[in-house]
Order: sequence, then structure tokens, then C-alpha cells
Amino acid sequence: MATFFGEVLSVFSRAVEDEEEEEAEENEEDEQIRRELEEKREVHLHWSPEVSESLASGNKLQCSDFILAVGPNAARFLSVYVLASANWNAVGRASVWNERSRAAAGQSGEEAAACVFYRHKEQPSVLVCQVTCHVAEDQLFQWTEKVLDCLQHRQLSVTVLSDGSLADYKTPDYLSGSSAPFLRSLHTAAFSDRPVCRSLEQPNIVTGLAAAVLNHCQVHRIAAIVYQCYSDVAGPDSVTMETYKPALTKLGRSLQLDLSPNSDVLRKFTRSTEIQSNLYI
Amino acid sequence: LNRTMFISSQTSEPCFRDFTLLLPAVAVGNVGQLAVDLIVSTLNMSRVGHIHTDCLIPMSGNNPYATCKDDAEELHTPAEVYTAAELKLAVLQIRAPIIQTKSKKFRQLLVSWIKSSGFSRTVVLSSSHAYQRDDQQLQGNPLRYLVTPSLLKVSADALKELGWKEMERVPAFPGLPDANAEPRLLIPGGGISKGLYTDSCAEDLPLAVLLLFCSEGDNIPDAFALVNHLNDWLHLLDTHGQQATKWKIPASWNLLFGSGIPPALF
Repeated sequence: MATFFGEVLSVFSRAVEDEEEEEAEENEEDEQIRRELEEKREVHLHWSPEVSESLASGNKLQCSDFILAVGPNAARFLSVYVLASANWNAVGRASVWNERSRAAAGQSGEEAAACVFYRHKEQPSVLVCQVTCHVAEDQLFQWTEKVLDCLQHRQLSVTVLSDGSLADYKTPDYLSGSSAPFLRSLHTAAFSDRPVCRSLEQPNIVTGLAAAVLNHCQVHRIAAIVYQCYSDVAGPDSVTMETYKPALTKLGRSLQLDLSPNSDVLRKFTRSTEIQSNLYI
Repeated sequence: LNRTMFISSQTSEPCFRDFTLLLPAVAVGNVGQLAVDLIVSTLNMSRVGHIHTDCLIPMSGNNPYATCKDDAEELHTPAEVYTAAELKLAVLQIRAPIIQTKSKKFRQLLVSWIKSSGFSRTVVLSSSHAYQRDDQQLQGNPLRYLVTPSLLKVSADALKELGWKEMERVPAFPGLPDANAEPRLLIPGGGISKGLYTDSCAEDLPLAVLLLFCSEGDNIPDAFALVNHLNDWLHLLDTHGQQATKWKIPASWNLLFGSGIPPALF
């Protein structure tokens, strides 16, 4: 697509080719491959023995607050500000396989750690999840349905922290670099609290796991809010992480978290990027 | 496992019996979706529910049809149903692309929902790649229609009066005079339009497809052309003369071409 200034934007066409439909008469082998691929793309949840036992007996997880961090900076914010205290137990993880998993398979440690659920030791109704892996478009709905099906819906409040790129934020004013990072919120009809920041302005939208969770909560009448952080830094960035802080002030108070960055953990994250940046040795 | 359902956003289930249903096909230039936006926004239709399905790519945003600060903060999902009860009109807006491997499933779910809801007729607003037209399709205006036999039974007179052009079938092997090869219906870039039409023929569903040949770019004029064309048939809006000015452009159409320009550029 060409714009007013003539530069060509890489806007993909939504016009789905229906030619593929014509070849619907695929043979058995094709069908089998397709079926196996679909099975492989299934989302799996692995809970700790204690949790899976209670789920098996029909008791959903008692959950008052579910905090979901999507993206590297949101997940690292939780690591640095929240999970750094020893008060959390890992209670499960979600495993997702898709086209991007193979590339990450080399870093097997990281792969295993993606999509981990933590529960607070003193207040087990507070559940936290960090998602750093890629969840493909066809897996978002399933991921959301499976995870939220494990939680008791009554009194449940869902908070999603989600990374966004400043380039995706539309505004009639010109945004200078100094205005980023900033938060915008989007919540379901059942959410009755006061958001800690401005609401996401039209025509901006939320996509990915954050949108899947919001949609699920909207139709199931669960109180949910997404805090989307628009940042101009793609890598781990302490300023971007700090931006999420107001979103958890209330929860922090009830859990008596001090919500200050744990410098050891922060150093670990920022150092890993320093090594990658070898422009000037 | 049936993952699609209509979920009412109100306290009671809405009744669609004898309503006309309008829906877009996610197609070239998003013309159908833009046309539906104009209808919902102009007729001030109210949302009655969501189609919650794993066939669509998740997205959400605030009210795309906001008119003032008070109604701006309201969550909207990828597929929603709106009604104007006094016009016996329902609209399904689809805001996200269909997951490619699930397009057949999505069609089936739509057809079964349309059947169970008791709509009197369904109109699909669609578009097709202008560059793939054959010689006969290049002639005249770029608007075409298709109707299923069961809708033709009740609308034949109206369609004759409108003088619309039916979508041409194209020969299977252009240039070869092969008597055995039946001309085929092709809607390149039309998404589920063709599948929905053939499914509806098979299921004896009263359905029409209105489509426009176009290219990707600024498709707002195309949306106006399609919605005015539809209005000639359904008379959703009283029109005398200037039509284009009567449709109300929704707030969500702002900044279609991106954010503000950096002042340092000049």
C-alpha cells in the first residue's frame, strides 16, 4: 500500500485466497498430516500434583487475582518487582508448540521457563503468570479458554500487563521519544474499579493474548483489565518495566509487597543485553 | 466441541425472527466491513451480543462508534451483533481476519447460527480483486450480486426492477471452446463469500452476496459505493439526491493512514 508520501507500507492483504478451498478434496495422507499438526499445536497445561489433584476432583483453583504478564518487559517487571521476594511457589506451566518454537529450542532453558504460573505462599488466591514465548494466532483462544477454565470465576479479577510498540500507537499528535513509555488501559464491562491510567483511545486496538483474555472475560462477565505499555525500546529496559508499577499498587498493598526493583534480578536482565550489543566493543 | 456461540450482551436473549441479517466478508480492501461500519454508525444500532469463536484472530478495543466521552469506554470484540428493531435489521460486524485453517468451520458455524436464529434473509457485503476480472466483467459498473434460489423466489421482481448485474461465471478454460467445461463461479480475494454462497444454496438458505471489484488502498469510496448500492434495494436510509453525505463515518476511521506527522519534517 502506498501512502500520501509515496512510501510503500508492508500492509498485508486480508483477502484470503479462496482457491485453497477448491482443493478441499485432499487425500488421506494430507489429512493425516494436518491432523497431526493440529494435535501438536494443542496447548497443554502442566500443574503441580497438588493442583491437578484438586482440578481432577472438580475443584477449580480458588483465585481472587490473576496477573498475566505478556511480553519480555511485562514478564521481567514481575520478576524484578514481584517474584523476587521468596513468597511464591511455581504451581504449573503451559506448553505451546508452534512455528517459532523450533528457533527457540536451542535455548532449552528459556523454553521450559515460558508460561509459568506462580502462587503466593500466604495468599494462595493470588496467581501470577509470565508469558515470554510466542503464542500463535490459532492458539490464543485455546490458551485462554484452558487457563481460565481452571480458575473459579466468582470474585475473580484479571489483570493483564502487555508489551506494545510505540510504532503501533496511533495519535493525531506527533509523539516525541520523550513521551514513551506510557500505559493505556482497556477493561471489560464487569470491571468496576478505577483504572490507573487513561483508557486506550480509538482507533487503537489490543491484539494477541491480551485481547484473547479480554474477549473471554467480556463474554463470561469476569472483571478484567489490560494495561498495555507502549515503549520505544524493544529489549529489556528498566524504564519500561517501571511503567507497569502503578498497575499493581493495589495488589502490592494487599500482599505487602514493597514494589521496588530487586537490583540483583534487574542487573541480571540488563547485563544479558549488554553482551548482545557489540556495536562498540 | 462447539466453540462458536452467540452470547447475548444483554439480560435477555434477543429475537431475530424475520429480521434481515447483514454481514461483511473479510475481503479485499475490507470494503464489506467498512460498509457495515457505516450502517451501524448511521442507524445508531445497538449491540445485542458477541459471536465468540476460535475461528477469528482475537482483538479488542474501545467503542468504535463512540459519539461522546460517555460512551467511548466500552469494550468491543472481533465479532458482534447489532440490531435496529424498528427496521427488523440485524448486523454482524466482523473485525478480525479468519484463521485460515478454520475458514470452513467458521462458515458452517455462521450457516447454522443463521438457520437457528430465523433470519428472513441474509446479505453478505463483499469485494473481489479488480485485477482478476475477465473481459466481460470489465464492462459496466463494478458492482455485482448473487442470490440463492430460495431468495430469488421472493426477490426476483425487486431485483429485476433494480436492473442489477449478476456476477458472471467465468469459463473453466478461457479461450477454449470446450462444451463439457461448465463456467465456474470465482470470487478471488472474496474470503468466505463464495463458500458461504454455495453452502447457502445447498442448505436452501435465502442469501444474497453484493460485491464490488476493487483494489487495496484507500477503500472508503468503495465502501460508500457498496452501501449506497445496498440502500437502493433495502431502503435503510431515506435518500433524495445527495446520498454520500447522509452516512455517518464512525470515530474508529480516524488515522487510517497513521499518526500525526513530525513537525521537524518541515
